[in-house]
Amino acid sequence: MTKIITNGLNLFYGKFHALKNVNSGFGENRITAIIGPSGCGKSTLLRVFNRMNDLIDGVRTEGEVVIGEKNILAPATDLVALRKKVGMVFQRPNPFPLSIYENIVFGERIHGDKVKDDKLDEIAEKSLRDVLLWDELKDRLNEPALRLSLEQKQRLCIARVIAVKPDVLLMDEPCSTLDPNATQRVEELMRELKNKYTIIIVTHNMQQAARVSDDTGFMLLGELIEFGNTETVFTAPSDKRTEDYITGRYG
Amino acid sequence: MRKIKETIIEKLILASGLASIFFVVLIFLFLIKEGLAVFQSVTPGAFLFGKSWYPISEPAQLGILPLILGSLLVTLGAAVISIPIGVGAAIYIAEIAPARIKDILKSGIELLAAIPSVVLGFIGMVTLVPLVKSLFHLPTGLTALSGSIMLAFMAMPTIVSIAEDALYSIPKNYKEGALALGATHWQAIWRVMLPAASSGILAAIMLGIGRVIGETMAVMMITGNAAVIPQSILVPVRTLTATIAAEMGEAVVGSEHYFALFAVGIVLFVISFGINVTADLFLHEKQSK
Ligand SMILES: Nc1ncnc2c1ncn2[C@@H]1O[C@H](COP(=O)(O)OP(=O)(O)OP(=O)(O)O)[C@@H](O)[C@H]1O
Ligand SMILES: [Mg+2]
Repeated sequence: MTKIITNGLNLFYGKFHALKNVNSGFGENRITAIIGPSGCGKSTLLRVFNRMNDLIDGVRTEGEVVIGEKNILAPATDLVALRKKVGMVFQRPNPFPLSIYENIVFGERIHGDKVKDDKLDEIAEKSLRDVLLWDELKDRLNEPALRLSLEQKQRLCIARVIAVKPDVLLMDEPCSTLDPNATQRVEELMRELKNKYTIIIVTHNMQQAARVSDDTGFMLLGELIEFGNTETVFTAPSDKRTEDYITGRYG
Repeated sequence: MRKIKETIIEKLILASGLASIFFVVLIFLFLIKEGLAVFQSVTPGAFLFGKSWYPISEPAQLGILPLILGSLLVTLGAAVISIPIGVGAAIYIAEIAPARIKDILKSGIELLAAIPSVVLGFIGMVTLVPLVKSLFHLPTGLTALSGSIMLAFMAMPTIVSIAEDALYSIPKNYKEGALALGATHWQAIWRVMLPAASSGILAAIMLGIGRVIGETMAVMMITGNAAVIPQSILVPVRTLTATIAAEMGEAVVGSEHYFALFAVGIVLFVISFGINVTADLFLHEKQSK
């Protein structure tokens, strides 16, 4: 099943043409990695899927992005509903300066209508269990989230997104601030999560893409040059430029 | 050669730093020395909590409770008016206003801050005072309320600009994180940005209020200057500052009255100092986060 489809997607920052005619299909319950050199538009593409680019002045998009049979680029799109379905984990862990508990239940507090305490507790526990933080943190729920280690913060941010029950998880270089061990553990977590979510991960790290993803897209200067099964992309790329990048001939 | 120049410059800077500290200490010692002298004729308890201020009657009654309450009432009123409006304006400027309006508002606030307090007092006297008088059917419009409204205008520029700064300087990724979870703009402001900026906003409030407590000219012009314990906000009051300004000229040097005014100055100093230190604590808490 294809979860997200882009048709002739173009994006402009003012006059700058940042995404050029991107056509792709992201499979459900798969991890898709997007790789490419710095500035090629990876983050921009990711931020199209939850319309975070709307925050930037002068952004214009053309084409179609279909998620769940709806073109989410349509002006009438309900952004709150979209962002509930399409969650995002950022490069720098960004827990709110609130308690660990309040971070996790944030989504429920803003979306639920009459929020009951037991329901919140339940959500907090379940989400923390899903990211394998429960045993570590169950006695520290009221501590400030800013006191956690980087890895814990990033896991907390994932828990916070999961608590909203999205279908899609967008991750923009989620491991770039973590050490190798923490990276490995977060990758394991992603593999577990893929049973329930469609995951798209932007990464600079080709080994990481090869390790965790089922599909890989390679971008260059705003174009999606190559898109397909990860093994194929890495062993038998169809485009010369992909091969050059993978073998390390670009920055 | 360059070395010598450096040393001379360093020494000069050191000297000017020391000089400023020296003068502050000097002023402070003078204030203490002159102020504490009043306690030869009145106990600290009777001074702080005495209900009447008749400094030139025989024998003089030197209770400053009416003045303290006058200052508190006017300040409290100004706080109630300026805090919600000021913080609201800061949120509007930092988060909601389009770039053009934002620039206009920011210059407007700088302009408001630049109006000398006598001028504000004068404008208040001819516009606000008659308005308050007719609105509440009072014998006089020179009331604590008029003072509060006027002072709110003076506190607001400080509150708005520092609170706006605090909101502006919290990490952008807090807001992004909240919006990405499906929060509305207002939910992101209320649930994430305001808590994140809370120490800076509290500091803004304290500094704004600090300015109000020390303000003299405008309150003297429009609060009516009656040194009685106020029963409501619609009566004339007299503040600590106005008392010093109004009476220092006529107090005989070395008299009880003269010393009492210095002691009023100490009280004022302690209050302002407390407020500034608290504001500083909040600001530092923000930086260490
Ligand atoms: N707000 C913006 N305004 C104008 N141009 C922008 C903006 N954001 C990004 N760009 C430009 O769009 C292009 C793609 O940026 P993007 O951040 O998507 O790249 P990226 O592939 O994620 O790079 P990196 O690997 O460094 O994160 C870059 O050339 C960048 O300079
Ligand atoms: Mg990026």
